[in-house]
Amino acid sequence: MRVPAHLLWLIPALPLLAAGIGAFAPRTARRTTAGSAIAAMAISFLLSCGALVTALRDPAVHAVHNFAWFDLGHGALRLGWLLDPLTALMGVMVTLVGLLIFIFSAGYMAEDANFKQFFCFLSLFGAAMLGLLVANSLLLLFICWELVGLASYLLIGFWFHQPSAAAAAKKAFITTRIGDLGLLVGLLWLYDATGSLLFFDGGEGVLEAGPLAALSAQTTVGGLAVSTAIGLLIFCGAAGKSGQFPLHVWLPDAMEGPTPVSALIHAATMVAAGVFLIARVYPLLAADLTLPSAPLHALSVVATIGAITALLGAVIAVGQNDIKRILAFSTVSQLGYMMLALGVGSWVTAIFHLLTHAFFKALLFLGAGSVIHAAHHEQDIRRLGGLRAPLRVTFATFAVGMMALAGVPFLFSGFWSKEAILHAAHGWSVSQLPFAAGLIAVVLTAFYTTRLVAEVFLGTPRGEGAARAQESPAVMTVPLVLLAVCAALLGFIGTPWWPWLQRTLDPTFATEPGGFGLMAVSIVLVATGLGAGWALYARIPRSSAGEADPVERRAPRLFAALADRLGFDELYAATVGRLNAWTAAFADALDRRVWDGTVRLLAGLGLFTGQVTRETDENLINGGFDAASGGLRSGGRAYSRGQSGDTHSYLRYIAIGFTLIALAVLLGVRR
Amino acid sequence: MSRLPLLSLLVFLPWFGAAALALLPRLSEAAHRRFALAASLSTLAVALALLRGFDPARTAPQFVEKHAWIGALNVNYHLGLDGLSLILVLLTGLVAPAALGASFRSGEFRGFAAFFLTLQGAALGVFLALDFFHWFIFWELSLIPAYFLIKIWGGPGATRAAYQFVIYTIGGSAFLLLGFASLFSAAGTFDFQQLAQLGADGSLARKLGGDGSWWLQAVFLGVLLGLAVKVPLWPFHTWLPPAYAEAPTGASMFLTAVMSKMGVYGFLRILWPIFPRELQAAAPWLMVLALGGVLLGAWGAMRQTDLKRMVAYSSVNHLSYCLLALFAVAHASGKSGAFSEAATAALSGTLLQMFNHGLSAAALFFCVGVLEERSGNRRGVDDFGGVRTVAPLFAALTGVAMFSSLGLPGLNGFVGEFLIFRGVFGLAPWAAAIAALGLLATAIFLLTFWQRVFHGPVVGATPGFKDLTLAEAVPLLPATALMVILGVYPQLLAGLINPLVTAWAGQLTPP
Amino acid sequence: MNLSPLHLCLLFSSALFCVGLIGALSRGNSILVLLGVELMLNAGNINLIAFWRFGPAPAEGTGVLFVLFAIAIAAAEAAVGLALVIAVHRHQRNIRLQEANHLRG
Repeated sequence: MRVPAHLLWLIPALPLLAAGIGAFAPRTARRTTAGSAIAAMAISFLLSCGALVTALRDPAVHAVHNFAWFDLGHGALRLGWLLDPLTALMGVMVTLVGLLIFIFSAGYMAEDANFKQFFCFLSLFGAAMLGLLVANSLLLLFICWELVGLASYLLIGFWFHQPSAAAAAKKAFITTRIGDLGLLVGLLWLYDATGSLLFFDGGEGVLEAGPLAALSAQTTVGGLAVSTAIGLLIFCGAAGKSGQFPLHVWLPDAMEGPTPVSALIHAATMVAAGVFLIARVYPLLAADLTLPSAPLHALSVVATIGAITALLGAVIAVGQNDIKRILAFSTVSQLGYMMLALGVGSWVTAIFHLLTHAFFKALLFLGAGSVIHAAHHEQDIRRLGGLRAPLRVTFATFAVGMMALAGVPFLFSGFWSKEAILHAAHGWSVSQLPFAAGLIAVVLTAFYTTRLVAEVFLGTPRGEGAARAQESPAVMTVPLVLLAVCAALLGFIGTPWWPWLQRTLDPTFATEPGGFGLMAVSIVLVATGLGAGWALYARIPRSSAGEADPVERRAPRLFAALADRLGFDELYAATVGRLNAWTAAFADALDRRVWDGTVRLLAGLGLFTGQVTRETDENLINGGFDAASGGLRSGGRAYSRGQSGDTHSYLRYIAIGFTLIALAVLLGVRR
Repeated sequence: MSRLPLLSLLVFLPWFGAAALALLPRLSEAAHRRFALAASLSTLAVALALLRGFDPARTAPQFVEKHAWIGALNVNYHLGLDGLSLILVLLTGLVAPAALGASFRSGEFRGFAAFFLTLQGAALGVFLALDFFHWFIFWELSLIPAYFLIKIWGGPGATRAAYQFVIYTIGGSAFLLLGFASLFSAAGTFDFQQLAQLGADGSLARKLGGDGSWWLQAVFLGVLLGLAVKVPLWPFHTWLPPAYAEAPTGASMFLTAVMSKMGVYGFLRILWPIFPRELQAAAPWLMVLALGGVLLGAWGAMRQTDLKRMVAYSSVNHLSYCLLALFAVAHASGKSGAFSEAATAALSGTLLQMFNHGLSAAALFFCVGVLEERSGNRRGVDDFGGVRTVAPLFAALTGVAMFSSLGLPGLNGFVGEFLIFRGVFGLAPWAAAIAALGLLATAIFLLTFWQRVFHGPVVGATPGFKDLTLAEAVPLLPATALMVILGVYPQLLAGLINPLVTAWAGQLTPP
Repeated sequence: MNLSPLHLCLLFSSALFCVGLIGALSRGNSILVLLGVELMLNAGNINLIAFWRFGPAPAEGTGVLFVLFAIAIAAAEAAVGLALVIAVHRHQRNIRLQEANHLRG
């Protein structure tokens, strides 16, 4: 079966259809939604396999199918699908892991009231994630990128009635969005600088030689090449999504979601999307390597951040007590390894580790889910213990996953991919510090995985839930077994003797001879970590839940700091959180006091003018009239006082008046 | 061939409905509802008829109606419709019936509907008029019904809010009127197209005393002020949160969806064409103000405890994006090459954002209105908790509106914002970078709202909260469907406006 | 003292006038006041007659005419006055002038 590029849209479309069915189906249609989700994922898996077959015919070709999304100016905004080995391999991995986790979820979530919604969201996630993989446009990738963020938000907050889950969902969305802003600005810059967002477009695409040369030829602030600046901005997005330092804080909290979600989204696929993104735009980040005098190479930043994250995650994982948080910090650490590999220039080994990690980490999370399910939702490793006997299948598969994660030599996939990364880091010409960080993290990884397995499966049950544990049903254990097989064997596609994967992804890949000394060193380091873990945790298993951790006994303050995740959350709350609150308070106060105050002042001025006019009217103008009429009235009143109504007095006045007039006339006549 | 005067019908059918409701004898409530809804839906019907005859490739106004009106003042009754008008008419046609439907249970529905339909007709008149004289009549006429809608049917602080709203807006309009009076005395015409012609070739500036004369500046500032208050441009926005918050749900929906667009429309139709050089000179300052609206609007929303005020602040934020894009384009006019592509993107983004914001903000107001109605007029952010548990359908619809508002790709809000950012980045990269912080702040406050109200345990006013029935959700469903459709297939709208904005961007002549 | 008939007539009319005046001013009964007024009028009439009879042209009947007019007017006045008195009486059940002061200012 062949799936050419113009049919790639079917791969994400089927889960999207299933999500649509899930959204509109009635709440009780549990079988319909779960069935359609699983069926859609299964068909997508087959289609991905077909796409892989198609892509493998000529691995060097980037088959594209571009189309117009909507009219813009004289042209149109174009999106497209891209088929190359990277897409196809990732597609197969996502659909396969997704399929197994969907099946597992059908058992794990069987008793949840919102079962239907869960599968709707899972399918939505699958559609977005697959869309992200097949996108031939940074814009389309960004769209799907945000949609996987949405699905992640919905699924972390799936048990939204718990305030902690709701808070974790918000934190995840906001933290990744901080990184996404960088990605968005980088995308805008790229669009503005090249006029396109298509990766491959017959020589015009942003990952093709012409535009790349133009990008690296221009410089911007600080003498950075434009391609470096854009690459770093895009890396911000990747760092947010992939839980890289300093944006790693959301990933451990994301474990509030149901365990299959943690396995699928927060271990195997979505968090690896950042690594995928950097691998996809790798030519852009690597473009500045041709400029030896550049002040900063984008990939150096990637390598540094990756190394810090790899070490940081491994260190913090040592001090965690929640089974899922240990795995979460381990994911952070492993993603750091992948970024490290990208940074040192070996993107194919990053993808190799991404693929092996997806299987063994999904296995570990599903194993953890099986444990949690069996132990009646007990997640604290101090209260588990002794589960080896009741949970035989879970234990066996979990042990496989653990050894793959720890990098136990030869039979386990993690060993090969990690070895390839260390090899690449060793060969990095800029600095050996990332290599050193990688080596230390190897010891720590082996140590904390041993601790995890010893605490959970060895010894005796130390809690109510663990004591009554029973093996999970087949719908959950079968996916575990399948994943364990993959986790064990997948490493053989990329050994130094037969680097099939590397050559498929990058036909120019060349194996350098030697490196066996390095392999020996890392085997010794793994053994050291395993041995230390064994000595501390497995030799004398913990006897009660309240007993202090062996590391805690030896270094209580260090352990407390690790358990507190080195205080990143507190630091962010005190800085970014406070800045945010302060800005909000400022904005509000500005509105209430300054702008509204100005308006009030103007209104007050208006009122004042009105008052003045009124006073003038009332006192000056009206007052004059009032005074005049008042005078008239009082005069009238005074006159009317003579109007006594007494006729006699009238007559008297008449007589007196008459007499006076007569006298005056007489006297006048005389004169 | 005698053709129906469709544009006049558009304006006068709602007014006819309003008059009939006000003057005819009282019937049953149900009859009033049916009649008012029909009058309101007439806009959508006529708009669809227009859509059939509309030719997107022609950038000049279509369906023109021009009749001499007041000869002495050279005033014509002049209506016309281009892509910009068309999407706003469509928006009005979609939102107005929904807003009316959301108000069915308000007391004295007959009066409410009469005022509402008057408002609807006036808003349509603003979008269609091509002569300042009756444009201004429509513009001011829209205030009066809005005042009564807020004052009579509004919340406890409504009188004060309505008063502030009307005084503030009329205050702005006074400057606008003065500005146009002096334009008329200089140019002798009120016709937008003629004025734009005069503005483009600079003769208007000469008549007003030449470039840079204080009189020209004063006229420009007057017109700017009148429009800025209406949008509102930060910091002239303080009337908006109380007005939107105190207005009844249906009025809030209409005010935010349609009336706020009148201001942006004025910027695009009047200020920019008539004063291209003055706007270009002022654009850096105006961009700072628009950025202020983007950032401080979003962060201001974070502090609001009243849900309606919060949504109102989000409107300030969203409309500031439109203005930011417009100012960036005006600022860059005269530069050619890649700028013209960026300008096209920015203008397309502005137009799409106008439509999309109308849908999502109206939907959010509807949802807050439901919360308010079912909790006995409580709308504090802390009054609820766990609504999603008891009302999943309502939560889902609110969630779509919310994510549309915060610009999630795949929903309508993203396309407009992306194009605005793409354009602004090409024209003024620093502004785009700063404005991107607004996206973050929007996400923070909307998700905080969502977390507090919909997630967590069922507390506060939530117990006993009934989910929406399908009938109650009907006003929201078309908007929700469109949010998804336009998010996936923006060509539906972009196809209507693209030739127009391409032509606009092409007209950015060197100064 | 050599008094001409004219002087005698004038003295008589003056006395009559004074009697009328005193009567009009001192009595409280409106009818009596009216009587006093009539007396004063008639004193005036006597003067008119006297000046005509002892004047330069007694042949022309001017004085008599004047007096006839005056008497007619006085009769009308008396009629009006009496009507007023009756009206006042109806209003306040007496005709004392001191109490008829409703029209005072």
